Amino acid sequence: MRLERRERTPRLLLVAAPLAAIATALVLCSLLIGLAGAPVLAAYATLFQEALGSRLGITETLTRATPLILTGLAAAVAFRARFWNIGLEGQFYLGAIAVAALGSGEWGLPPALLVPLLLLAGALAGALFLLGPALLKLRLGVDEVVTTLLLNFVAILLVSLLIEGPMKDPLAFGWPQSVPVTEAGLLPQLLARTRLHLGFALALLAALAIAFLNARTVFGLSARAVGLGTPAARHAGIPVGRVLLLTAMLSGALAGLAGAVEVTGLKGYVTTDLSPGFGTAGVIVAMLASLNPLGVVPAAIFVAAVFVGADAMARAHGVPSFIADVIVATALLTMLVALFLTEYRVRR
Amino acid sequence: MTEFWDIVLAASFWAAALRLATPLIFGTLGALIGERSGVLNLGIEGIMTAGAMTGWLAVHLGAPLWLGIAAAAVAGGAIGLLHAGLTVRLGLSQHVTGLGITLFATSLSSYLYRLYVPASGSPPKITPFAPVHLPVLSDLPWLGPAFFQHTALTWLALLAVILVAWILWRTPLGLAVRMAGESPEACEAQGVSVFGLRTGAVVAGSALMAIGGAFLTTAAFDSFYFSMIQGRGWVCIALVVFASWQPGKALLGALLYGMFDAFQLRLQPLVLGVPYQLFLMMPYLLSIGALVLVSRRARVPQALMQPYRPGER
Amino acid sequence: MSPVLELTGITKRFGTLLANDGIDLTLGQGEVLALLGENGAGKTTLMSILFGHYVADAGTVRAFGQVLPPGDPKAAIAAGIGMVHQHFTLASNLSVLDNVTIGTEKLTAWRSRRGAARRRLVELAERFGLPVDPDRRIGELSVGERQRVEILKSLYRDARILILDEPTAVLTPQESERLFSTLRGMASQGLSLIFISHKLHEVVAHADRVAVLRGGKLVAERPAAGASRAELAELMVGRRVVHASRVPLEPGQSLLRLDKVRVEAGGRRLLDDIALDLREREVLGIVGVAGNGQDALSRLFAGTAPQPAGRIELLGRPVARLDHAGLTAAGLAHIPEDRHHEGVVGDLSLYENAVLERIRDRRFSRLGLLRRQAALDHAAGLIRTFDIRGAEPTTRTRLLSGGNMQKLILGRNLVEQPRLIVASQPTRGLDEGAVAEIHRRLLEARGNGAGVLLISEDLDEIFRLADRVQVIFKGRLSAPLPIEAASEARLGLMMAGEDGDAPRAA
Repeated sequence: MRLERRERTPRLLLVAAPLAAIATALVLCSLLIGLAGAPVLAAYATLFQEALGSRLGITETLTRATPLILTGLAAAVAFRARFWNIGLEGQFYLGAIAVAALGSGEWGLPPALLVPLLLLAGALAGALFLLGPALLKLRLGVDEVVTTLLLNFVAILLVSLLIEGPMKDPLAFGWPQSVPVTEAGLLPQLLARTRLHLGFALALLAALAIAFLNARTVFGLSARAVGLGTPAARHAGIPVGRVLLLTAMLSGALAGLAGAVEVTGLKGYVTTDLSPGFGTAGVIVAMLASLNPLGVVPAAIFVAAVFVGADAMARAHGVPSFIADVIVATALLTMLVALFLTEYRVRR
Repeated sequence: MTEFWDIVLAASFWAAALRLATPLIFGTLGALIGERSGVLNLGIEGIMTAGAMTGWLAVHLGAPLWLGIAAAAVAGGAIGLLHAGLTVRLGLSQHVTGLGITLFATSLSSYLYRLYVPASGSPPKITPFAPVHLPVLSDLPWLGPAFFQHTALTWLALLAVILVAWILWRTPLGLAVRMAGESPEACEAQGVSVFGLRTGAVVAGSALMAIGGAFLTTAAFDSFYFSMIQGRGWVCIALVVFASWQPGKALLGALLYGMFDAFQLRLQPLVLGVPYQLFLMMPYLLSIGALVLVSRRARVPQALMQPYRPGER
Repeated sequence: MSPVLELTGITKRFGTLLANDGIDLTLGQGEVLALLGENGAGKTTLMSILFGHYVADAGTVRAFGQVLPPGDPKAAIAAGIGMVHQHFTLASNLSVLDNVTIGTEKLTAWRSRRGAARRRLVELAERFGLPVDPDRRIGELSVGERQRVEILKSLYRDARILILDEPTAVLTPQESERLFSTLRGMASQGLSLIFISHKLHEVVAHADRVAVLRGGKLVAERPAAGASRAELAELMVGRRVVHASRVPLEPGQSLLRLDKVRVEAGGRRLLDDIALDLREREVLGIVGVAGNGQDALSRLFAGTAPQPAGRIELLGRPVARLDHAGLTAAGLAHIPEDRHHEGVVGDLSLYENAVLERIRDRRFSRLGLLRRQAALDHAAGLIRTFDIRGAEPTTRTRLLSGGNMQKLILGRNLVEQPRLIVASQPTRGLDEGAVAEIHRRLLEARGNGAGVLLISEDLDEIFRLADRVQVIFKGRLSAPLPIEAASEARLGLMMAGEDGDAPRAA
């Protein structure tokens, strides 16, 4: 078996890749569903029925997709420049806690001012949290994978510390949570009797903005050049260090924004289980989208659908809901292979 | 200040340090072997989880403890084979593939465990490894409880350090592994298969990582619970850099980390008014600090993270 | 006597490129065969197939009468074939002994026998006149020393057929002579040799027989004795390539002056008190063996070197820092040594690479937004003016051939009417046609008033283009010599540091 680089890649293959990857992942995971003793086709039917088969289902899926779009964008932006920001989870939490810290309503600001302020604060918190690892990489060559990964744990511990201490909600029973965000700081609903909120629209806007940035701006071209050929970018006079730093900050800001949006749009307060892995799922969303900002939206919706539907699958057929994590992780691996096959041909 | 000496002079502190270091020794050695051959294995967190779950499950199903460890090693090796297939044979990004492997292995372990143990009450237990009793040594005052009342796995970890060092520097296999990580072209030009070496290194390394995970469920504790690895895998990756890819220094790094972790645990109840989260944060911050300190001087294997694609112009 | 090596009908394709087309070749016992051809003719591909790095699409290789399994370097080595690669296959972090012994012991052995290996290596080194220290790190060795290790690797494994790929590319003329006499010695001890070269004088002087490759085909075989160099040249290139000739011009004012300039990195002095003066309407050649500071000198003008100490004057005015913006504003164009990794971003489109260096120019962007159409038009213009083949503005740059890529890199700079051009190894790896064209463009720029700093390892190129020449050796520059006063022998000695006028600190 030999591998041969393709001269050019037909458009068809590029579009087919994520679809083939997802299909393969679903087929492989059907083995696990069978292992649970559940009927495979019925189980998958339940999953997609729940996630996409009703007004409530669709809005739940889109609500779930909202933070995923933002963390997916965060990962895509960073990975394009070969900056491995795996600290999305931590930046998410820091964005969330920043909102909770500033949003208790003591200043009496109207929503038109408070909401943007809170979202900005969340984005800034995320960006600043990534500043450390970014500088360590640029100045000292410290690998950002490990530093950002370890900081995830630090972030969650920090949040835990704050909501058990200075930011504790005295009125809540049981699980510790932060003081809730005031009414004026919450994002409005988009559809009555659903949980779909303005954050979804904001996420879509963000995707468009990043797509524009990538394709039409000097910064976008510089970032692509740095990611695809750092020595040549440097030779062409592009300030590589500065571009990487800005890219990192943008990535952190998007992840922080995801946390901010989740708090102001959905939950209203912060707990240590605010994120069921939105950060790491962002990596999967980004890869499924081939790092394309517009592709992040359908990829996020797919991942969200799987998670929303998996609960129904668990209830109806007794399949442990972890199946969602397995399906999505498998889809990542199959997507990597599919992307590879768009660049290389396999020959005997 | 007296708290410091109270803690450090207790035999139980040293025993805890060694115990906490054991999974890190396995994990760091496992990652080191792969990286020496040129492959970064970020699947370590998932592989350790899989090893923990598999080891526990095998024992709970009735296997003797050592068979459970073997089962964990096989599970780890299998996942390592997948990682190698993707990164070595196909040359996919080692960063993203590794993350994908971690997510896959972790979620698969959780799923299979949940299938086996439906959610209800506390996780079922097994009978873990008992400490090995060495004649004379185990009965020494202070030294006995500190250093000579450990399970066989801890001794295995120390043995593994010596074995890996010997293989890397004194055998043709070890030279070949190192050469694959420095210059795959040099290997191939001398008729040595880079694919074979790298795949073997990753599989062997993953087996070690899995044993490190299994240590947690079969020796340190006696049951499996989700997210029990708690980032230890990532710490190992940092420790490999700290150790300059040398097994002896890897042991040192793991021991230092174990000591720090044991210290931090014992300090908590003594220093009132400080939130426990701060203590828990410190080991992670320490790992980052260690990385920063060593980054400049590290002599990295030259071909680390560069996929080898023969016959490509 | 039957041949030691027989290649029959070797054919190899890379995508649409036919690199080897039905080649038949034989090698006799004790014979020295030269494989001659310009860059891209298929010589390295053929030898790589022989050694097992590539698998041929068709054809067989027979060594000592036995058919070799394809794609298996181990089998080739076992059959007695050894290869000295053009880009040495050595691990710089490991020792000489490590690099020589890799693959020589069974991987299942419980311990390495290093003492015996060391003794054997030293004995071989003495027998063939290739002195090395087994315990030194490859990274610390000079290029010539590394080549010795590369050769010893094959000798250690009892090679009876030795292939050398462009062995003199990194040597001074005198070192090349020494190498060839060593090779002659090996041939008289029973080895059969093939060496690849594109240098006619070498081939005629040192081979028994010459095989000429062109466009993937074997076009001729001649005995070397009495072979006509003109005939070989024409066979090699297939047509008469007209090289632009240099017309003597009166140099103008100083464009770039360096005085006592020093560059240090990692505790080592890369450039040691160098002095040069580049003027309008001249080509100043800097010649030397690879690894003597050319890289640092080149990077000085790319803005990617550590900041130098010393006096630097650009267009007559002193400058404190050398950075990309300042250099571009002064009208300096830089052609980097590594066109694939530094010259272009391979995965970007041609038009993006055409404007990347000048992206902030009003022509190509406004208020941070790209002017895509303007960039596309600019690229189309470059393709026409500089005859860049096989590409459109939206083609992925990686797909261009070496010559066309270099035309793009040169073209995008020349179109801005630079006052100075710093070109580092501009024609390395290019075929004769592309070489002639690049040379023509450089001389044209010189004729239009520009000054060209030409950093090259190729003496032929220097003699063809330069008005004055300075030799670089261990980071130091010799005093400038008018090209009429320079000879190959003399420059060769200076490149090895063995002449009275050899470079010293300014």
